[in-house]
Amino acid sequence: MAAPLPAPTRQVAPDVDEAATADTPWQAIVWNDPVNLMSYVTYVLQKLFGYPEPKATALMLDVHHKGKAAVSSGDKDKIEGDVAKLHAAGLWATMQRT
Amino acid sequence: MNGWKRSGRGAKARLVATMEPQEAVVLRGLVGEVRDMLAARIAETPTDELAELTGIRTGAATVPDDKVLARLLPEFSREDPALAGALRSLHEPALIDAKDGAAVAVLDTLPETGGRIELTVEQADAWLAALNDVRLALGTALDISEEMPDDLPDDDPRSAHLGVYHWLTFVQDALVQSRMQVR
Repeated sequence: MAAPLPAPTRQVAPDVDEAATADTPWQAIVWNDPVNLMSYVTYVLQKLFGYPEPKATALMLDVHHKGKAAVSSGDKDKIEGDVAKLHAAGLWATMQRT
Repeated sequence: MNGWKRSGRGAKARLVATMEPQEAVVLRGLVGEVRDMLAARIAETPTDELAELTGIRTGAATVPDDKVLARLLPEFSREDPALAGALRSLHEPALIDAKDGAAVAVLDTLPETGGRIELTVEQADAWLAALNDVRLALGTALDISEEMPDDLPDDDPRSAHLGVYHWLTFVQDALVQSRMQVR
């Protein structure tokens, strides 16, 4: 933002939408794609999130059979970081509000 | 290439394989192509004076036109284009750095003439990411689908490339299996 700070001459109503969603958790979603290997997706979920193998495998199978799975949740900054790590690993991931 | 073997334990754990000269040439070539595509993406991104002053790099805010690059550098959001653009601009330079670093790790550990490859677990993780990027690039270019047959008719122009794709799948899957055994 390049604008100077406005003088506090009047109350500005808070952005209702922002206020209502500030604490709403976000999710990192991994989408199915035809290239990524089931073994590799399982390994990435274990390595990035520290999940035990059964949990990582269950999430991978959800991605495979249902087309997507929420692999982590939390505040916006955490999920943004998670999606960035998933992208670095080559997984097709996005973030969305729960 | 007959798969990967583990040797050593703990900090001395290594993942070892042997590649034929021709295999090394093909893999090095594909890794180099991914590097070139990523470098071209950086080159086409306009530099801004603020970034040069502050040292905070920002990337392009829009999805690459090229479908291979678009798969290597995905969107952060499906439903919120403004968020997707802002986060792409923020994260894409580091994402490209990470992918290029993984590619360089492969080139540094894969002899040009083939032969023995010996990887630490960190190098193995870089190989996994770089092999995945090469498969994403080739798979996207070949329009790979889950129903893709193992072989295409010989007169299909994709036939030879599909063989390379399946070989890369074997190399990556074997490395994942071996890597998962190292604790």
